[in-house]
Amino acid sequence: MDFSGFLMMRDEISLVALILILLLYDLFAPAKARKVFQPLACLLFVVQIVITLLPVSSLEAFGGMYQTTPAASLAKTLMSAGTLLVFLFSKKWIEEKHEIAQGEFYFLTLCTLLGMYFMVSAGHFLMFFIGIELASIPLSCLVSFSKKDGLSAEAGAKFILNAAFASGISLFGISLLYGGTGTLYFSDMPVALQGTPLQIAGMILFATGLFFKMSLIPYHSWTADVYQGAPTQVSAYLSVVSKTAAAVALFTIFIKVFGGMAASWRPVLYIIIILSITIANLFAIKQKNIKRFLAYSSISQAGYIVLGVVAASPQGLTGILYYMMVYMFANLAAFGVASLVERQCGNAEIASYNGLYKTNPWLSVLMMFAMFSLAGIPPFAGFFSKFFIFASAVQQGYYILVLIALLNTIISLFYYLLIVKAMFINPNESPLPRFRSDSYSRIAMVLCFFGIVLSGIVSFFYNKTNDMATESMEMCGLSRPKAVEETLDANPVPGQTLNTQGSTAMNATASWPSVLE
Amino acid sequence: MNLLSIFVVIPVLMLAGLFLSRTRQQARVISATGASLLLVAAVVLGVLFAAERHAGNTAEMLFTASAQWFPAWNIGYSVGVDGISVLMILLSAIIVFTGIFTSWNIDPLPKEYFMWFCLLSTGVFGFFISLDLFTMFMFYEVALIPMYLLIGVWGSGKKEYAAMKLTLMLMAGSALLMLGILGIYFGSGATSMNIMEIAQSSIPMALQKFFFPLTFIGFGVLGALFPFHTWSPDGHASAPTAVSMLHAGVLMKLGGYGCFRVAMFLMPEAANELAWIFLILTGISVVYGAFSACVQKDLKYINAYSSVSHCGLVLFALLMMNTTAMTGAIMQMLSHGLMTALFFALIGMIYGRTHTRDIREMGGLMKIMPFLGVAYVIAGLASLGLPGLSGFVAEMNVFVGSFQHSDTFHRVLTLIAVTSIVITAVYILRVIGKILYGPVQNQAHLKLTDAVWFERLPVVVLIIAIASIGLYPGWIAEWIHQALAPIVESLTVAAL
Repeated sequence: MDFSGFLMMRDEISLVALILILLLYDLFAPAKARKVFQPLACLLFVVQIVITLLPVSSLEAFGGMYQTTPAASLAKTLMSAGTLLVFLFSKKWIEEKHEIAQGEFYFLTLCTLLGMYFMVSAGHFLMFFIGIELASIPLSCLVSFSKKDGLSAEAGAKFILNAAFASGISLFGISLLYGGTGTLYFSDMPVALQGTPLQIAGMILFATGLFFKMSLIPYHSWTADVYQGAPTQVSAYLSVVSKTAAAVALFTIFIKVFGGMAASWRPVLYIIIILSITIANLFAIKQKNIKRFLAYSSISQAGYIVLGVVAASPQGLTGILYYMMVYMFANLAAFGVASLVERQCGNAEIASYNGLYKTNPWLSVLMMFAMFSLAGIPPFAGFFSKFFIFASAVQQGYYILVLIALLNTIISLFYYLLIVKAMFINPNESPLPRFRSDSYSRIAMVLCFFGIVLSGIVSFFYNKTNDMATESMEMCGLSRPKAVEETLDANPVPGQTLNTQGSTAMNATASWPSVLE
Repeated sequence: MNLLSIFVVIPVLMLAGLFLSRTRQQARVISATGASLLLVAAVVLGVLFAAERHAGNTAEMLFTASAQWFPAWNIGYSVGVDGISVLMILLSAIIVFTGIFTSWNIDPLPKEYFMWFCLLSTGVFGFFISLDLFTMFMFYEVALIPMYLLIGVWGSGKKEYAAMKLTLMLMAGSALLMLGILGIYFGSGATSMNIMEIAQSSIPMALQKFFFPLTFIGFGVLGALFPFHTWSPDGHASAPTAVSMLHAGVLMKLGGYGCFRVAMFLMPEAANELAWIFLILTGISVVYGAFSACVQKDLKYINAYSSVSHCGLVLFALLMMNTTAMTGAIMQMLSHGLMTALFFALIGMIYGRTHTRDIREMGGLMKIMPFLGVAYVIAGLASLGLPGLSGFVAEMNVFVGSFQHSDTFHRVLTLIAVTSIVITAVYILRVIGKILYGPVQNQAHLKLTDAVWFERLPVVVLIIAIASIGLYPGWIAEWIHQALAPIVESLTVAAL
């Protein structure tokens, strides 16, 4: 038997091994040894991350059910790193509130992570569906992890209902696609797609599952309530790791499978982006609760990420991956600070941040950096990620869309500044007293801090991501899918070309077309 | 290391030093040392630049260096200066230096204050040395964001409102700018983000027409272009003294500098075609700003509106697109930068003593604090364009250059703009007459004292700079001429 197929799956296999070790350890280790469960889990997880960092080449296994590319591997590394940060932030919380259930927390989280790995690496719609289900169902348990807390239970119910609906619709879409094309393999489908109404309907319905995961408007209604009710650490996980998986999967599937139907899905994404960014921004302004606030902020951030999908170029993929990396540091820092403050003062109101700088300067500075990075202010990394993802969209001629997105960054700057204002400017007679956070949270915060400050200015991160993304597109022969070429030859519309020739610019003589025209 | 990078490295080192500092005294010493080093470096740069030019080096940009940064988008860290940039760096160094001394007794949180101040300076210097669109834009935004906290925490009056308004308006400008930059990059054929290289290729007219207004307005917001100037009075009035100085003195120049270096230089055809719209807007800025200053009662508001008027004149002159007027524009930038910094410094010092900025509550200050009084008169005279001071040279060039256009439109606009000189005299002399020579309004003011050393130092430095431009403008004009030559040429070629 040829084991090379298994070796390619080392990311997944190492994760499964990790899950099993932790599960068995939690079950059989003596009470004394259970004390070191969390440090051990984090340590092993670091090993797993190192394994995902090993270079891979693009390959398919199991007859095309599973496929991997350098970009997919990078996405997995990012998701693992995000999860590790979440674990570091959760250590104290687990210890205090849920010591008995510590094994469950790690087991469930890592299971969803495994599901997300499969979402990113699937080569077949059923494989993908298994991944998305594996990533959803344990998540609902995590959302309602604080069983005694009414809000958490409510959030769990909301999440599972919404997720079930989204999966159902998605599955319906898959069945339509199967009916329309006769195959579920990613590699076989493009040839069979002619863009008939049935296929378009199947595609859009299928995408619902992903839009739901990314909580794009109009699939967002669960977001704020779930983020608010769920334990803060779980919200952080939802907002970063879950979105990364969905964004990368969205890109892969839309380019690889539906690349030929770009003319049909681009207008859809165009509208979804505008809606997500604008509406979420307007909602975020009025929020009084930091978790709801971050929920709406994450919806609008997801909108920016989809710009990379619309661009549909190697630069777009780079943009998505890089944006996720930068967003991970900033958003996890924000959620981390939020969880610490929440534990300290017992509520998640933004008002509790008033005057925080006087008593807890480090936390405030980290929070401020996170806000600036999310708002896209240099020299923080968020500026670079925004610039590059906008550049990738402008490269394809989406001027108006980018203009709308840019104007929205101003609205978002307003509400991010409100947090900064609360911490630095608002007077408060009795600010939250000075407190020391546990060492695990501090490690995580230091990592986030350096991530926010360095991952932009140090160009290594972007350039490396770009190399990997370009390589993956080329290796999969995705740089110019056959079906796309045919559509283009038949119907050469400027601005709707899938321009993927490395750094080739858009046609300079083109005016500013938009897909809506 | 490249000579120019020093201007970014010093503020960054200052930031690090301030971060480690423990006491107010340490923070002061570090800031003062750093600012002095910057000033020395700027003077050295000026001398070296003059020497190079004297030696016959006619390259457009001197001391260039570049390093790849993000090769996927052809982004590099490329620096270089021409005569105008050198002058702007000198101006910034002077104002940062004087600003540090003006905020000697800042309270509360001196360390944080100086740190933000340094970050702001990093952005300003980085902007003026950059030749790469992306790097330039990045530094531009780095210079903007510290304003929020500088005004919000250390400001006065309705500071929260002013800080938010200023930040959002300027960032909205920079949002337009970001799209403009991307448009320029892709429109030019996308082989480089370096301004000098983009200038070699031409951007299609259809794209220019779309991106020129974006870029010009983007920078224009910071240059107080009507109707996007409204952040300026509120922002300046609420900001602490040194921040007003730096903001009106240097930051608003970033707008003007960007307008001609990026918008007009890279898109000359659209600049020629659309100049009339912006000429009208800037003409309104000039006159409207001056009239508004006449009716204000708060010293800072008077000066803020006066800044709108003067900065409007900068953009107005740039849009006239001939060498004389544009030379005048650059001189007006320098002149206004120094003069307005002097004004804000003096207003800060007066306010620190009288605790009011309302001109109705002050009088007879000339006798009480003669040093500040005389300095105020000098600043005022420079502002209304008295020969021998910097304002005269600048305005003379601007209006002579503008009137060189033979068509009615430009001449009428020039005539309208010229009236601002008279209006300026009205509001300047009104204030001087009232608060310096008028009857004493408040007996408590009689006990006030005159300036102390750390207040006199910046005032003297600024007055010397103003007078030296006014008395000996020749060398500056020469540098500016040389630097403007390629820009004017591309504009003239495009007009044909």
